[in-house]
Amino acid sequence: MPLIRTTGPVEDPWTTLKDEDPLPADGAIIVTLARWQANRDALLARPGPLGIFLKSDQPPSLIAADIERFDVIALNFPKFTNGRAYSSARLLRERYGYRGELRAVGNVLRDQLQFMLRCGFDSFEVSATADVATWLKAFRDFSLAYQPATDARTPVTALRQRPASARRIDHDEEDAPPARRSDDDAAVEASVVCAGYWAY
Amino acid sequence: MYRYDNYDQTLVDERVAQFRGQVARRVAGDLTEDEFKPLRLMNGLYLQLHAYMLRVAIPYGTLSSKQLRKLAHIARRYDKGYGHFTTRQNIQFNWINLEETPDILAELATVEMHAIQTSGNCIRNVTADHFAGVAADEIEDPRIYSEIIRQWSTFHPEFSFLPRKFKIAVTGSPHDRAAVKVHDIGLRMHRNEAGEAGFEVLVGGGQGRTPVIAKTIRPFLPKRHLLSYLEAILRIYNQLGRRDNLYKSRIKILVDSVGVDRFTQLVEEEWQQIRDGYLELPAAEIERIRGYFAPPPYRAFDDKPADFEAQLRRDFRFGRWVRTNVTPHKRPGYAIVTLSLKPVGGIPGDATDAQMDAVADLADRYSFGEIRVTHEQNLVLTDVAKSDLYALWQRLVELELATPNIGLAGDIIACPGLDYCALANARSIPVAQRISRQLGDLTRLLDIGELKIKISGCINACGHHHVGHIGILGVDKKGEEFYQVTLGGSADENASLGDIVGPAFSADNVVGAVETIIDTYLTVRQGGERFLDTYRRIGLAPFKEKLYAAH
Repeated sequence: MPLIRTTGPVEDPWTTLKDEDPLPADGAIIVTLARWQANRDALLARPGPLGIFLKSDQPPSLIAADIERFDVIALNFPKFTNGRAYSSARLLRERYGYRGELRAVGNVLRDQLQFMLRCGFDSFEVSATADVATWLKAFRDFSLAYQPATDARTPVTALRQRPASARRIDHDEEDAPPARRSDDDAAVEASVVCAGYWAY
Repeated sequence: MYRYDNYDQTLVDERVAQFRGQVARRVAGDLTEDEFKPLRLMNGLYLQLHAYMLRVAIPYGTLSSKQLRKLAHIARRYDKGYGHFTTRQNIQFNWINLEETPDILAELATVEMHAIQTSGNCIRNVTADHFAGVAADEIEDPRIYSEIIRQWSTFHPEFSFLPRKFKIAVTGSPHDRAAVKVHDIGLRMHRNEAGEAGFEVLVGGGQGRTPVIAKTIRPFLPKRHLLSYLEAILRIYNQLGRRDNLYKSRIKILVDSVGVDRFTQLVEEEWQQIRDGYLELPAAEIERIRGYFAPPPYRAFDDKPADFEAQLRRDFRFGRWVRTNVTPHKRPGYAIVTLSLKPVGGIPGDATDAQMDAVADLADRYSFGEIRVTHEQNLVLTDVAKSDLYALWQRLVELELATPNIGLAGDIIACPGLDYCALANARSIPVAQRISRQLGDLTRLLDIGELKIKISGCINACGHHHVGHIGILGVDKKGEEFYQVTLGGSADENASLGDIVGPAFSADNVVGAVETIIDTYLTVRQGGERFLDTYRRIGLAPFKEKLYAAH
């Protein structure tokens, strides 16, 4: 499956292992929670980066103590209508301080990309048939957000408190609030830093 | 009322652009119906029995005259000349073309309106007391907090794909006109012992297949913690709510399955982690929003203007209307006027484009240009000078909006039912019309007194039958419409769920059953007892006896 970030398609060096797949001697692998819990020592002893895959009903609290062991955490959307992973993502970023790659996998659709980005996901496994160029635009469907979330975006509530002369939408160079944002990728990159909601 | 700034307007405009793209992708075949469905639902667009239906949000039931004129225009231009006001304080248009919906949304955006989150498994349009700001018993205006919740919940990235839909209602008064106990979250403002205003937080109420009265999980929540507490509740629900069974996925089922104590503990633990974070509401933000709901420029009036008193004495029909459709206002010399969308034999909640235009004009002339929509499917002019009531009433009579039946048995709530709705098992509207005609005599209605009849065409309970004093539920029995009757429901501060009287009645017999229930009440009531009081005193048995002896 192709992998994208807000900047465009990226190479995916990771291999996702099923439980029955043999453990390769080296290389970057993503394992299931069951395998991690059963073979923790062997996985840690192995050279090469390690990632973990969580099903939607596996809360991130189950790996909270081991967050720093993983370079990738892949959260599954079994159906795009199942939104549990949005909460998992925010908890990983905001509660457990996870700073590695947070990957959305499963039924990842274009119209949910911006929600995922706002909850802290920074890579997205998309359908092989996805038209990546148009999908990337979906990260910018909305230039504003009312509420604070995991991304660095300054919410509307805080923007309103700025003096009119200093009002900017995120990192946009334009002054006027209603303008659509320019293509500033840094502005939409996920961050673990939460913007102030009110800025009073 | 709240006015959009550039930020609000930008978001709504961007939503129109996004939806225009989604519709184009659907029409071009780039989106399957399965993929498109949740996207259109997030914009209030349902595929019903005969056409698409568009549900437009009326946040906490507040409309400006300009907005109402736009709704009239949409009814005329894109529909068949009418709209249907719903029990969620929204409006629905029943005959919509898919290809035209982006244009309709674009038109709505020009008057600060939208259809965002009027459907789908997200936080729905927040509802509130329709007498907000003018009720004499109000502690604080619930629209302030409803608007704060509206903004927080709009496009919430974490809570747009919940297990199921999610409804929040707010009341600022002890007398609950917002039915907060039958919502996923109910917020009831009250004062603590120190005199500080805050919210009682109720969770897990709801109607539908499994009606439940909400349970209090926090007796007093300071206002500054409103959003962090809501976020904690939603986060617990999003993680733990069931997703394997449509009928077990509402928060009421979660609260029931883990128990209210455990649920409360989970919410409190989550809240402790976020309560002092970035969601804390500064007093300055509350005051900023409060500014939008400042009282209109009232004039100093005598509370009993001589002309009004004389008109009351002179015109019996006017007096009768004042008695039923006019509510005391907190300001001397002003009154709250409810416009009945329940003409005898009419379709509850329907208004024509001409009526909407006319009401907008009346609002401009008599009520500072504002209109409210009630969850009981009527319209309200909140700020009418008593000395204007007679002229207003005369005009409302011409418009067929002055039926003197508010709160009486003719003020029936009904969902669209099988005449429109793809979910319905039976028709609601014709039953409402027949009951309304049967009870058409206005003197008799007054004699019967307060009686709330609520009709749903299926178990989803959009017509609130569980909380009707008399509730009627349409069911399908081998292809035939039957109606199950419940008694003793109530949606106010003393909320209760109705009890099923017994086997369902046929479409032919259901109106007679309602008559029998009313006649039974009239023979056994004591003094000024309301129907509900009588029912609570004597219970089901006397009604049951009469009903099944008679049929």
